[in-house]
Amino acid sequence: MGKDTLLTDRVFKSVGTRPMRPDGIDKVTGRARYGADHNMSGQLHGSILRSPHAHASIKSIDTSKAEKLKGVKAIVTAKDFKTKGITDPGLLDIIDNCMAGKKVFYDGHAVAAVAAVDAKTAKAALKLIKVEYKLLKHVTDVDEAVKPKAPVINNKCFTKGVDPTPGKASNVAKRSEFGHGNVAEGFEAADVVIERNFKTGQSHQGYIEPHACVASIGPDGAGELWVCTQGHFVFRQQCAEILGLDEAKLKVTSSEIGGGFGGKTHLWVEPVALALSQKANRPVKLVMSREDVFRASGPTSATSIDIKMGVTKDGVITAAEAELRYTSGPYAGSWATLGAMTAFACYDLKNVKTVGLEVLVNRPKTTAYRAPSAPMAAFAVESMIDELADRIGMKAIDMRIQNAAKEGTKSSYGPVYGPIGIGPTLDAAKNHPHMSAPLGPNQGRGMACGFWFNFGGQSCTDLNISSDGTATITVGTIDVGGARASLALVVAEELGIPYEQVKAVIADTGSLGYNEMTDGSRGTFASSMSAIQSCRMAIADMRQRAATLWEIDVDEVVWENGQAWAGGESNSNHPPLSIADLAKSAEKTGGPIAGHAQIVADGAGVSFATHICDIEVDPETGQTRVVRYTVIQDAGKAVHPTYVEGQFQGGAAQGIGWALNEEYIYGEDGRLQNPGFLDYRIPVCSDLPMIDTQILEIPNPNHPYGIRGVGETSIVPPLAAIGNAVSNATQVRMTHVPMSPPRILAAIHAQAASDDSSDD
Amino acid sequence: MIETNLSLAPHNERDLILEYLAPEKTADAVKLLAKSKGSVHVLAGGSDLLVRMKGGYVEPDVIIDIKRIKAMQDIKKGATGFSIGAAVSCAKMGEHKALRKAWPGVVEAANLIGSDQIQGRCTIAGNLCNASPAADSVPALIAAKAVAVIKGPKGTRRVAIEDIATAPGKTCLKKGEIVESIQLPKRAAKMADAYLRFTPRTEMDIAVVSAAVNLTLGPRGVITHARVALGAVAPTAVLVPEATKILKGGKLDDEKLEALAEICNAACRPIDDKRGTIEFRTHVAGVLATRAARLAYTRAGGKL
Ligand SMILES: Cc1cc2nc3c(=O)[nH]c(=O)nc-3n(C[C@H](O)[C@H](O)[C@H](O)COP(=O)(O)OP(=O)(O)OC[C@H]3O[C@@H](n4cnc5c(N)ncnc54)[C@H](O)[C@@H]3O)c2cc1C
Repeated sequence: MGKDTLLTDRVFKSVGTRPMRPDGIDKVTGRARYGADHNMSGQLHGSILRSPHAHASIKSIDTSKAEKLKGVKAIVTAKDFKTKGITDPGLLDIIDNCMAGKKVFYDGHAVAAVAAVDAKTAKAALKLIKVEYKLLKHVTDVDEAVKPKAPVINNKCFTKGVDPTPGKASNVAKRSEFGHGNVAEGFEAADVVIERNFKTGQSHQGYIEPHACVASIGPDGAGELWVCTQGHFVFRQQCAEILGLDEAKLKVTSSEIGGGFGGKTHLWVEPVALALSQKANRPVKLVMSREDVFRASGPTSATSIDIKMGVTKDGVITAAEAELRYTSGPYAGSWATLGAMTAFACYDLKNVKTVGLEVLVNRPKTTAYRAPSAPMAAFAVESMIDELADRIGMKAIDMRIQNAAKEGTKSSYGPVYGPIGIGPTLDAAKNHPHMSAPLGPNQGRGMACGFWFNFGGQSCTDLNISSDGTATITVGTIDVGGARASLALVVAEELGIPYEQVKAVIADTGSLGYNEMTDGSRGTFASSMSAIQSCRMAIADMRQRAATLWEIDVDEVVWENGQAWAGGESNSNHPPLSIADLAKSAEKTGGPIAGHAQIVADGAGVSFATHICDIEVDPETGQTRVVRYTVIQDAGKAVHPTYVEGQFQGGAAQGIGWALNEEYIYGEDGRLQNPGFLDYRIPVCSDLPMIDTQILEIPNPNHPYGIRGVGETSIVPPLAAIGNAVSNATQVRMTHVPMSPPRILAAIHAQAASDDSSDD
Repeated sequence: MIETNLSLAPHNERDLILEYLAPEKTADAVKLLAKSKGSVHVLAGGSDLLVRMKGGYVEPDVIIDIKRIKAMQDIKKGATGFSIGAAVSCAKMGEHKALRKAWPGVVEAANLIGSDQIQGRCTIAGNLCNASPAADSVPALIAAKAVAVIKGPKGTRRVAIEDIATAPGKTCLKKGEIVESIQLPKRAAKMADAYLRFTPRTEMDIAVVSAAVNLTLGPRGVITHARVALGAVAPTAVLVPEATKILKGGKLDDEKLEALAEICNAACRPIDDKRGTIEFRTHVAGVLATRAARLAYTRAGGKL
């Protein structure tokens, strides 16, 4: 089926318009049902007991008193999760993270859970559970964790990717390396070489809706899970394996989702709810509090990056090298690998080498956050580009244009690029009025580029034509940002009917084949590709039915504007048949009209963006204000431009928060000090200017409509763009994200002190 | 009087039974406060109390709502100044023209609290009695030389605002005592105040450091009276008496401003915490004090 997915030069009627989203009214009127809005009769209240310690071994858990409390129906601990027979180390980590086994690895790690008749009883029961801990030394800082004397979090952690494998356990779970050429030679050829360390704090996706689910398993081993997730098929697969259920007998239904950004690609409490339900033989509802979300659902990595780059006086980057250390929480991950792959991906480099180290720390398990790992690497690289350009007296944008990757460039992580959008976004930035607008006092302008992979993967869709000729497109990828509107537009386009006559529905796991998650910017890319094929199957069928009704050859039937037309002069006596006409006669022509497709959506292609921003810094307080912000990104084809813009703006807004204020703050005791929105500061509306967007449309040759994913890349450039703007406003290079006012003020004062001493 | 046994919705993780009382007279509130056993709390706007209940930090047995007490519901302008009832919302203060004109600093402080929604409920008496060192209205009230009128089983006492909070979360109020109103002095000619706070965000945030300045000018812009208070730099909001000496006599010039910044820095006894460092708070206290002084000076008719 691969071939007919290729791009055709199509003039679009529906795609590219901006109709109202089908889920809009329900969302603004409160009718939409999110994770916590579902209830089942007889449902119990689930609650989780969490560790107050950063690192400790569990000596004993005594649940006997809690079990005796009236109204308590089930209590589970690690004992209730059978790991025998499970070989996938990733799944074993998920289980240990959902319910601590021998040790607790972070403040907030689950140790026991209760299902009771109401919240009050559950709370009282948690207080009656006695956990005896033996405290262990902890480490939360990424650079402390890699020191030889650091407390070792997992004594079976022997660094992978090093030959020979070390005999001594450490907190470095994996080393990965990418690059080509010879960096030593490259640095020799440079006129200016700069070396620096950059750090970024740990940020959380900050989705407004906390994790929530209702689980129900009957004694026959069949069950249901209603859950707020980015991927209900994946949740089903993993939960079934963890609980020892048959996959087909667990029906997972995804709720509406109040933000995920990667954080809802992972199981946190769902297996616990299922286990409680299994044990109590009653439905169990489990809703995380905001505090639990911060303490125990995956934030992104904290990082420390050593980077070295060299450039000739003409602006050619001769060599680039970086070691990127990323925290992954207490379990191995591939976050540094992604950082090492993406770091220099925007540039055409002769000599490049990156090393990624996955570092275990006593923090919650890291999970994906919008283009995971790329923003931190881009912060280091794009800050260096600005500084190098400044040193050789070149404009930073010109140096970027000169070194930008293009079609045929061997990327820093290996593959050779096809047609890509970095050059066009840079040209658009150079010509954008923002670039030449005057700046006020204490204001600085910064820019940065960003790269992200984008994924495709397995998708499966159904198209069903109703008896009145309206169409339902059923998909298995959940809608985080307007996908239902986009998919309905694509189907309207393909069938040739109005958008209003198409309904996009997200199926539960019992109603459709396997679909990968809505992640990796794949939702609209992959599901639209499958939807188009479903439509084409239905169209082929409808042409056949028309041919039968007209008693002509199917090759003579043309599909246009939602109608079957009899081609050729001899057939001109047949008036066209609309979908509605065909649907009406379906009973006589072969039954219901439908189309179906299952695909592996290849060719998502890579994605690039360039951002420009102006920041004002109060030199006496370090206070920052984002004065102006522009996002330029390639969308392939913008199916619904408003929601593409929304993705651009949303990523920028999250990046701005991360750059300026958001950060996990740990005390000496290893406890998280700011598990709430008061002290974990995501921007409020008045903190942001209107974020300008410019959509570039460079068609993706691998998609029939030229579509690319647009969801993630927009969070990659902001850390660096803001870092460059603050540095230009203050004349002090900022190397530590978030650039909170105390950090900016301290940097200004340190620079002034060193200027004073060098003046002496 | 309204009396109910409240059972909060179970999804709030709180279905504890508690007694909710809403007296209509201060004297009744005092009686109820004095006789109730267990954990007894006054409820004004509830924007601190309910948050603490939800977080599980307090588990009240009895709540006494003061919003129905007539004597606490109004802003009154009299011969000696303004009286602001303890149940008056901060939004109502912002809508009161005469108050805004007389005490722009106090009103701007009250109108920085939270957001429009919070200000529709919250009160300056609640802000004061919550006894947070970062409370926004408190430094402004201290600089304004405001006084809290306290009613209790033993009668009435009047206490200077700076003496109410004794430590974070602790006040000098005794069992049975309640703040009935806050009294602001009469505004003199050529007198004005100003309040500034530092928060990383533009709103929905807590002051990392704050400063309030209240100045009275004589002829030719000479400062005749001055009061300066700082917030979030010590366990309670602090009055900086030395600043009065520095500012009094003469115009507000660069020399005075520099000395003011220094004395404010010296008055700080802050901590390093998630919201800011010692260095940051100390430095910015001086910056904000000088900026507030400039603002108050020009508001009072002085020329910089
Ligand atoms: C989202 C949000 C944002 C906020 N932002 C800010 C901010 O920017 N600045 C700031 O300073 N605060 C802020 N706060 C805290 C709070 O809103 C203020 O402290 C507010 O002024 C409290 O007033 P209230 O009437 O709601 O107090 P309540 O919650 O009703 O009471 C607070 C405390 O004072 C006691 N009390 C109240 N009235 C009396 C009385 N008359 N006599 C004796 N004791 C009394 C109560 O028992 C309780 O202990 C914020 C709170 C929230 C939820």
